[in-house]
Amino acid sequence: MSATIFFQQLSNGISLGSLYALVAIGYTMVYGILRLINFAHGDLLMVASYTAIYAVTMFSLPWYLSFPLAIALTGCIGILMDKVAYKPLRDAPRISLLISAIGASFLLENLALVIIGGIPKGFPRPEIFAKVIEILGVRVQVLTIYIPIMTLVFLMALLYIVYRTKVGKAMRAASKDIETTRLMGINVDRIIALTFLMGSSLAAAGGIMWALKYPQVNPFMGVIPGLKAFIAAVLGGIGDIIGAVVGGFVLGLGEILLVAFFPELAQYRDAFAFVLLILVLLFRPTGIMGEPITDKT
Amino acid sequence: MLEVKNLHVYYGGIHALKGIDLRVKEGQIVTLIGANGAGKSTTLRSIAGLVRPKEGSIVFQGTELTALRTHQVIQQGIGVAPEGRKVFGNLTVLENLELGAYNRPPQEFQTDLEWVFSLFPRLEERSKQLAGTLSGGEQQMLALGRALMSHPKLVLLDEPSLGLAPLVVEEVFETITTINRQGTTVLLVEQNAMAALHVAHYAYVLETGRITLEGTGKELLQDERVRKAYLGE
Repeated sequence: MSATIFFQQLSNGISLGSLYALVAIGYTMVYGILRLINFAHGDLLMVASYTAIYAVTMFSLPWYLSFPLAIALTGCIGILMDKVAYKPLRDAPRISLLISAIGASFLLENLALVIIGGIPKGFPRPEIFAKVIEILGVRVQVLTIYIPIMTLVFLMALLYIVYRTKVGKAMRAASKDIETTRLMGINVDRIIALTFLMGSSLAAAGGIMWALKYPQVNPFMGVIPGLKAFIAAVLGGIGDIIGAVVGGFVLGLGEILLVAFFPELAQYRDAFAFVLLILVLLFRPTGIMGEPITDKT
Repeated sequence: MLEVKNLHVYYGGIHALKGIDLRVKEGQIVTLIGANGAGKSTTLRSIAGLVRPKEGSIVFQGTELTALRTHQVIQQGIGVAPEGRKVFGNLTVLENLELGAYNRPPQEFQTDLEWVFSLFPRLEERSKQLAGTLSGGEQQMLALGRALMSHPKLVLLDEPSLGLAPLVVEEVFETITTINRQGTTVLLVEQNAMAALHVAHYAYVLETGRITLEGTGKELLQDERVRKAYLGE
């Protein structure tokens, strides 16, 4: 393999990893507080992509309005999902929550199927994201460069909120002990809603960038990226934001480089991710950055 | 200041509190003593809104608390140091204290912090440390300090002496009298009846969900039954 192709693949891996990371953060944040794997999280990619499509095609909004609008709306749908599917089950056993999450996922997918239909829609890709530039003799899509940069911006904003603000402190406290957080006079339900808002918005941003990269939008487009991001979150150590990012990059780079070095394994790309999940669960269930299991039950 | 009337609490089919009546007057230290499982913690948890009573009322300064959610109860001016300390081990000492002051106006924070540090100088030394790395005694001080950061009118302390060395227990009880003298009303749940009765103005003895005895701290210290059952004589 020539150096050019290697760098091309590397940049592809980084941008794919960024997308996994953005989506994985939402899984990990919700898990951190509710100990719930929100299986409907991946479907928010689809929700955001369709919202963006309709904002552009039906209301003819420019992309720089329609994308933020889609992110905001998807964030609100995240809150709604919590209110409808999870909040009534706060005191129920965790398995009920998990089943409710799977239900929410099927509901979103099939609702989209009924309302919009199963035929893939093309995602309106603005000119500025479609350009191809040459860096040091390597031809890359500008999108491949924008994605990691945007991811970095979102990540910085998120880390600022979680580690430097009052609500962030309350989030970290709630991830340790919800009851005692209530005893601080904190409305934990509001903190949970905020967590869903932030996680879902990041998933929406990831979804829109995903659709820019692979501009075919259908009701099930969120399933595989969602599962991959879940693997990334587990790989990094579920509950840990930095871990989710690290896991996202490891998985994204791993997948792309695997295919680059062993083109004959290209069809096994998804299998590779799931084998990785099984291995992590078997040998290091707390992931790369994970806290010890004994810490909280 | 706080009046609990005919409080009944059930855990599933278990009748944990069978009609508790108690009063806490402003400026007092009131203690609730009794054996394991007598319902002491359940009483505190009902006041804090963590447990929903089936029957009865809890009135704090004219406000009925049983209808409120926990964070609203706390916002009425009640601080809680829960059983088992429950400090946020993943946050620093300072962050723990900041959470205690969650609903306080930011301009009051520095004054409150200095007050808490004057009560617990050790916390100031360790303010940048993760709370999980503190010793048991220090964690208890942090739990007390965190409860005081909201500048509460009433603090609920659940077994602050549990699992601490005798010297540290003494320190904790000294601090309880200090904050009381500075104007905070205290409702103290304790298994360490001796220490609790010594600092308390008024005391209730709880047995299997019922109050069986009450009186001033001094009276109960002299009471034959209390001496037999709780002071090991």
